[in-house]
Amino acid sequence: MSLTKTERAIIVSMWGKISTQADTIGTETLERLFLSYPQTKTYFPHFDLHAGSAQLRAHGSKVVAAVGDAVKSIDNIAGALAKLSELHAYILRVDPVNFKLLSHCLLVTVAARFPADFTAEAHAAWDKFMSVVSSVLTEKYR
Amino acid sequence: MVHFTVEEKAVITSLWGKVNVEEAGGEALGRLLVVYPWTQRFFDNFGNLSSASAIMGNPKVKAHGKKVLTSLGEAIKNMDDLKGTFAHLSELHCDRLHVDPENFKLLGNELVIVLAKYFGKDFTPQVQAAWQKMVAGVAIALAHKYH
Repeated sequence: MSLTKTERAIIVSMWGKISTQADTIGTETLERLFLSYPQTKTYFPHFDLHAGSAQLRAHGSKVVAAVGDAVKSIDNIAGALAKLSELHAYILRVDPVNFKLLSHCLLVTVAARFPADFTAEAHAAWDKFMSVVSSVLTEKYR
Repeated sequence: MVHFTVEEKAVITSLWGKVNVEEAGGEALGRLLVVYPWTQRFFDNFGNLSSASAIMGNPKVKAHGKKVLTSLGEAIKNMDDLKGTFAHLSELHCDRLHVDPENFKLLGNELVIVLAKYFGKDFTPQVQAAWQKMVAGVAIALAHKYH
């Protein structure tokens, strides 16, 4: 599964807007993830996950920054996320089902903040893009 | 069985009161067909589904979306017995429509995204969590009579 030229253009152009709120989007995405899917908290026993926690904010920023890296190298996402892919495969070992949950929460956050931009076409492009990112991050699992 | 707290029921019911069922139904079903094109397999007789704009503007998609969400509205009045409420529809989706229950989860998530788009900041993480529970409960109920 690879992104068409049109899909890439949509992602890159929307990222321009999204990146201006990157940190809060990251935090909100994680808040949504932990509230809707409490089982995902099992990966963060070492974190204070209360709303407004510094760790939550820092981690949210990290996650969105990585998405940004994938956008900036949208023609070579595997290359851009190679190190993260190894991290997830050998150290973090987050079960693959969770990437869909995080992707969904990111899309919900973007839809809530940019409703006019989040057309059906844009929605499809973002869903596909996050699916590619998730594949890259799990491709070294076994 | 999915169990809703008093707060969750209030959150869900109050948001639902502000939803335009016809519009939201068309949006949610349309997006399902756009984002996951393989779901179009169930709608061969719907006419033009050749592009995102064709799908989103298709009158049959809108009508069917409205039907689906109207049914969800009935379920919201019976949140303590989703399985009972959807028993007949569950049999229908298995025996006559042959719909893989995975699709109920996909549509549920599309509805959540449409609600986020409509309600913006008011669709807080807490509100979303209640709705995720709702759509999960509906998906389970619709799959319950499968055999």
